[in-house]
Amino acid sequence: MAQYRDEGVVIRTIRLGEADRIVTMVSPEHGKIRAVAKGVRKTKSRIGARLEPLSHVSLLCWQGRELDVVTQVELIDAFRPVREDLHRLGAAMTMLEIVEQFSLEHHPMPELFTMLVRALETLERTAAPMLLGAFCWKVLALEGFAPVVDSCARCGEDGELVAFDAADGGFLCRRCRRGQAVSPGAVELVRRVLGGGLAGVLGEPAGPAAQEMEHLATSAVELHLDRRLRTTRHHLAEPSASSAPGGQGA
Amino acid sequence: MIVEVKEKTVLCSACFNVTVSPLCPICADPRRDATQLCVVEDPRDIVAVERTREFRGRYHVLGGALSPIEGVGPEQLRVRELLARIEADEVAEVILCTNPNLEGDATAMYLARLLRPLGVKVTRIASGLPVGGDLEYADELTLGRALEGRREVDA
Ligand SMILES: [Zn+2]
Ligand SMILES: [Zn+2]
Repeated sequence: MAQYRDEGVVIRTIRLGEADRIVTMVSPEHGKIRAVAKGVRKTKSRIGARLEPLSHVSLLCWQGRELDVVTQVELIDAFRPVREDLHRLGAAMTMLEIVEQFSLEHHPMPELFTMLVRALETLERTAAPMLLGAFCWKVLALEGFAPVVDSCARCGEDGELVAFDAADGGFLCRRCRRGQAVSPGAVELVRRVLGGGLAGVLGEPAGPAAQEMEHLATSAVELHLDRRLRTTRHHLAEPSASSAPGGQGA
Repeated sequence: MIVEVKEKTVLCSACFNVTVSPLCPICADPRRDATQLCVVEDPRDIVAVERTREFRGRYHVLGGALSPIEGVGPEQLRVRELLARIEADEVAEVILCTNPNLEGDATAMYLARLLRPLGVKVTRIASGLPVGGDLEYADELTLGRALEGRREVDA
């Protein structure tokens, strides 16, 4: 068995037997990693706390036939401010789910991994309302699915873009429109995210265009993955008695 | 020789603890304080809290913790039942005793936001270092939280 070093961001852990856990991570050099962490559920194990979902760690692992074995873990960043804010945590969980879906075991993904870590670091510093939407567009662009946003994706016309259809590969003019209607504000946000204006977008407050941009982004990701995202259906943030299951307003 | 007595177990109709009668012994005990409600993920957590002999209130078993990535949302947990109990009983304090991990913390934050408007006091168990453990062996997340949750020492 070969030993290897890598970094990882923990996606999930599941219990195995009395004291062990199977940890699923994404890594720059090994893509998706599934590894056994032994004895981590005992209180004396430091490794267990370091392998909590969301944590960015450096790893030493033994390669196994089906599952690797984690032997050393050092914490790089636990992203505590993200863990302690439902809104940011919800966005982070969706980012983890997306990156996991785009990753494969034994397939290096240094750019995608760096993108994830940068996004989590941004979320640690600020609750940037448009981070998740921007992240989705950036991931799609990295994977080769950047939407056409400067002209109509069907006819190439430069005029106003009024609709989005992921199957058409982007935004559409008034004549070609189909799919989802979009506001000029949302189109402009996507254009800026993909056109070098990301930092500016991340500094801006939430609003209807921002929400629309995020919704378009997650549905474009779902179309490319051919799968619904679990995390977007379970919005953790802002519960109220009326939105709770069986609450007064239900 | 150990004879195992197997009685059919059911869930307590009030708190969802595992029991053999419609009401578990804790819910049936009039000496338990109905104004304090300790919310746990699993019936095994009740056993753990009971062993401390520190808590004289009642319990509510959620049946898990929020885990959006696994598709577990509030509707998969006994949140509705918790709200109904808080409205019906004279609960004054809800103690969120979910696990000190990502899912347990998220569940506690979610419930705190949900319960705050109901005018009930909501508390979360402190998380810190294991008694008898060495500081140098503590993990960073636990030690960081323990530092944040520090208390003034009475002298
Ligand atoms: Zn067109
Ligand atoms: Zn009971």
